[in-house]
Amino acid sequence: MVGKAIRKYWPVFVLPTFAAFLIGFVWPFIWGIYLSMCQFTSVKKATFVGFDNYVKILADPTFSHSFFLTVAFAVISSILINVLAFTVATMLTTNMKGRNVFRTIFFMPNLIGGIVLGYIWQTILNGLLSMWGQPLLALSAKNGFIGMLILLCWQQIGYMMIIYIAGLNNVSPDLTEAAAIDGATSWQTLFKVKIPMIMPSITICTFLTLTNGFKMFDQNLSLTGGEPAKATQLLALNIYETFYSRSGKQWKGIGQAKAVVFFLIVVLISLIQLRTTSKREVQA
Amino acid sequence: MTEKKSRSSLIATVVFTLVCILWVYPVVVILMNSLKSNRFITTSGVFAPPTAESFAGMANYIESVTSMNFLKCFWYSVVISVTSVVLIMICCSMAAWFIIRVNDLFSKIFYYLCIFSMVVPFQMVMFTLANTADRLKLNTPYNICIIYLGFGAGLAVFMFAGFVKSIPLEIEEAAMIDGCSPLGTYVRVLLPILKPTMISTAILEVMWVWNDYLLPTLVLDIKKYMTIPMAIQYFRGSYGTVDMGAMMASITIDIIPIIVLYLVCQKYIIEGVVAGAVKG
Repeated sequence: MVGKAIRKYWPVFVLPTFAAFLIGFVWPFIWGIYLSMCQFTSVKKATFVGFDNYVKILADPTFSHSFFLTVAFAVISSILINVLAFTVATMLTTNMKGRNVFRTIFFMPNLIGGIVLGYIWQTILNGLLSMWGQPLLALSAKNGFIGMLILLCWQQIGYMMIIYIAGLNNVSPDLTEAAAIDGATSWQTLFKVKIPMIMPSITICTFLTLTNGFKMFDQNLSLTGGEPAKATQLLALNIYETFYSRSGKQWKGIGQAKAVVFFLIVVLISLIQLRTTSKREVQA
Repeated sequence: MTEKKSRSSLIATVVFTLVCILWVYPVVVILMNSLKSNRFITTSGVFAPPTAESFAGMANYIESVTSMNFLKCFWYSVVISVTSVVLIMICCSMAAWFIIRVNDLFSKIFYYLCIFSMVVPFQMVMFTLANTADRLKLNTPYNICIIYLGFGAGLAVFMFAGFVKSIPLEIEEAAMIDGCSPLGTYVRVLLPILKPTMISTAILEVMWVWNDYLLPTLVLDIKKYMTIPMAIQYFRGSYGTVDMGAMMASITIDIIPIIVLYLVCQKYIIEGVVAGAVKG
């Protein structure tokens, strides 16, 4: 009955969102796939070239470099963030004084935007590096990479910590008490009881950190800008740079093709990751 | 036993206090430097607190507001964030209600498209989206909210739909039997129930729109309109000497509203994060 009544009002309830969704997502998405098979400088002069752009991606060494760098970055940052966030969360679910204040502080960096984060850390890290007589961020690929890792950890540990805390608070005290009575050490309780029980939180956090690491753009642009010589350029920045800073009529088409490949990789990771981790979830 | 426990808890508190001081230190450094005069902000000297000699008072803030036209950027950021989020809240909660209660083929397709859109990286649509926005003249701070509604619909519809599912149908039926129209039911029954989810989702969306850099850069005409992240990137990223003091002041002006909002609505932000995660 409610459904029938609402359906008559579809122009009010669903049309505005759906129309905006078509403009803001569906149409650009479909058009983007078409343009990835075209050579174009402006959208009016697009000539269909088939899979030519995709073949040309392979001939662009900056793409494969960015690709492997991004994979390494996403995996390392994901592991670091999850281990650290989980450690902090376990500590902050004990009866510690001031834990609410700590939670508030740990979460704070998450609210700062990527561009601003990049410049904050550029200031800090370049200050430290120059004190230690090391090459600055924009001059050393290694320092730039580590800098991006530190930045992303600082930004995301708080967020993942919140999810882990929610997960840990849902573990019934009966289970941990039962484990304690059976003589389990606190390490055994952690690995045999708590971690299996919060597998859903681990799934979602790994998923979020992996895709965030993969999609990272703003922080990359502002912290290193891809310097030195594109050595710290992650995939998203590489696509942007292919689109907007290269001259030559072939590049926009190749950029769009790279974007499609990028999209497919992100979807693939999401699917694999969700499948493997949810297999290990247990029911209470 | 208890004494040992309380001692280890005390040590933990001390350790965490130190870590937390370190955690906020980067922000403190920016704040400190925003109060120093320009020639004292050197690469290695950023950690020195302002002294009587290097203290510049509010000079950098005045510089940032006047020469960088920062107030205008601030205004555009506020306009875009507020209009976009209000629009997203109203339209997406209506759409989510429609999707769950009508539940026909169209609704299901729309719902799965929304989830799908959350995974798609922005680079995939950036060129075509900017072009579409240009053609439809949706390229000013006053109507870019339609683009944000379109691209941000995924998360909001998903969050609201998850919540609407848990509302018992009987409440709405009762309202309608008593003669309430669907719109009336939405305003009088659904909105009050949705309020907590609305606040959480609104905050998540505000954070996104306020901090967003790439979408406004590509859609807006940079010569006419700049949001705060665009301004900061524009001034810092351009070559030549950068007015570091004004830069630090601008960053501070950008962060302060967010931190105030966070401290006021902390509970809802945390709830939003957890709700978004559990449903994801």
